[in-house]
Amino acid sequence: MRVVVAGAGTIGSLFAAHLARVADVAVLTRREEHARALNERGLRVTGRADFTVDVHASADATELGAADLVVVACKGGDLEPLAASLRGRFAGATVMTTQNGLGAEEVVAAHGDWPLLSAVTFMSGTRHDDTHVEYVLDTATWIGPYRGTTPIDAESVAELIRSGGLKAEAFDDLRPAQWSKLIFNATVNTVATLTGLPHDFHFAEGMLGDLVHGLVDEGKAVAAAAGVDLREDPWEMNVHATRRGHAHYPSMLEDVNAHRPTEIELITGSLVREAERTGVPVPLHTALYALVKAKEASYS
Amino acid sequence: MRICVVGCGAVGSLFAANLAQLEDVEVWAYDVSREHVDAINAHGLRLSGAGDVVGRLRATTDGGELPPCDFGIVATKAMHTGSAIAATAGAFEGGCVATVQNGLGNEEAIAEHVARVIRGTTFPAGKILEPGHVQWDVKGDTTLGPFEPEPAPFAEVERLADACTRAGMPTAAVQDARGPQWRKVIFNASTNPIGALTGLTHGRVCERPDLRRLVSGLVDEGKAVAAAQGIELDADPEALIDHAARPDVAYGHKASMLQDVEARRTTEIDYLNGGIVRVGREHDVPTPLNQAIWALVKGVEDSWTK
Repeated sequence: MRVVVAGAGTIGSLFAAHLARVADVAVLTRREEHARALNERGLRVTGRADFTVDVHASADATELGAADLVVVACKGGDLEPLAASLRGRFAGATVMTTQNGLGAEEVVAAHGDWPLLSAVTFMSGTRHDDTHVEYVLDTATWIGPYRGTTPIDAESVAELIRSGGLKAEAFDDLRPAQWSKLIFNATVNTVATLTGLPHDFHFAEGMLGDLVHGLVDEGKAVAAAAGVDLREDPWEMNVHATRRGHAHYPSMLEDVNAHRPTEIELITGSLVREAERTGVPVPLHTALYALVKAKEASYS
Repeated sequence: MRICVVGCGAVGSLFAANLAQLEDVEVWAYDVSREHVDAINAHGLRLSGAGDVVGRLRATTDGGELPPCDFGIVATKAMHTGSAIAATAGAFEGGCVATVQNGLGNEEAIAEHVARVIRGTTFPAGKILEPGHVQWDVKGDTTLGPFEPEPAPFAEVERLADACTRAGMPTAAVQDARGPQWRKVIFNASTNPIGALTGLTHGRVCERPDLRRLVSGLVDEGKAVAAAQGIELDADPEALIDHAARPDVAYGHKASMLQDVEARRTTEIDYLNGGIVRVGREHDVPTPLNQAIWALVKGVEDSWTK
């Protein structure tokens, strides 16, 4: 089994390291020195696991050889150029997207006719440097068929991921899970980004809790209009996550604090566009969409 | 005539130093900052910028030291109204007290301690440069009127307005001062927190179409709450917002709430968007956007104490 992990941020590094324990893994990086460091030192995981593996890495997709599976794990904002670099390669491979929000599958599909799987991941970590990632939350990755694939294909990739030591689950239809996470992210990540609060008790009570509840309700109305039956209630996901014991800093808040572009377009942007398409009013998400984009503009 | 400015920050200093130019007015100032009070007593209160003035007046941190006054002008931040008027109310047993503060609820807080209250709204602005020295950024008009539940006699409102006008702070006395007050509250509530949440200056907020639409959404809710109370705005807050966005007016101005957030000081959000939401509830007018913005800025304040 040969796997290419495209994108070596936190999520890509966690996939690459764990899969390298059960498969032959090559990593596509954005920066050449990142690839060099991985080739020289391997990839180290700490936190919920503790091991170091050898991986082959390159910043040039033409040097990675063939693959049975390509896991696209870059940030949403890097997706288009990364997908373009895959064009014409990896014939016979199945390609799996893992980005937040909606629409990553369409971006990749436009660059080749690979069979596609769609995934959302709830695991989290902290990237300490180019060759060291800490595995923090061991929550699952959910996988479903998207184009030219079946639930059996989704299950075989989930089984591969599980055998590497991560949690994964396959679904006949990913959309109910994907939309649950979309509404959760569109709500929690934006509120955290604008307030500077980690995802803690403030999100489940008082005035901020009311706002979070209002945002979730708007999201649920859009899902209903789009014909999606949510797998989990995003409000329950929110309350549950605030009781986990340690307060998580959503990646969008970390992006803003580091003055990086955020994933607002794939997350809230997707939800607002779906709302427009289905004719559902989403004044709160529209407000937060404008505010987060403006916050990005304040430092770019 | 004796006038005491209660809360001698930037706006209070504009009134105090200018009124001290009048021969028939004796000016006192009450402020909690010992350095500011000492500097005023030692060297006078200096304004620079839109006008260059040095006012000779008596300042104190002890409300008990104040002599009986004909007028008070309260100019603290809205969250300090209650404590400031409680500390100074003894000086106003025979006088009238006006507010020139931001937000909603200041008149009510003053009326808990004082019998004759004047509703007020002022547009001049500045900032404290150092103790005893204030930068006067913007000139502007002030409107005063009786606070209906505990009103000052209209002749007294006119007497204070006349003194302010003669001192170089153009002030109108009107029977119903709610129109200008709500225009300014709606302006502040619809723009200040947007700057505070995004880090953008007023002009940059207004040139982003999606953000400008959000501002208008907040304005519309505020207008509906004003209309439900029978308040007629003296002008459209939208016009004030667009005027302020001009490069020669306040394009590059960081809203005071953004300055507060950057310095991690408690903001006036409870008296702006919070005030609009509260009054909206009393009149069954929904204000979901103001409520959302109120919650977000309270969240920002909460993030500092974690």
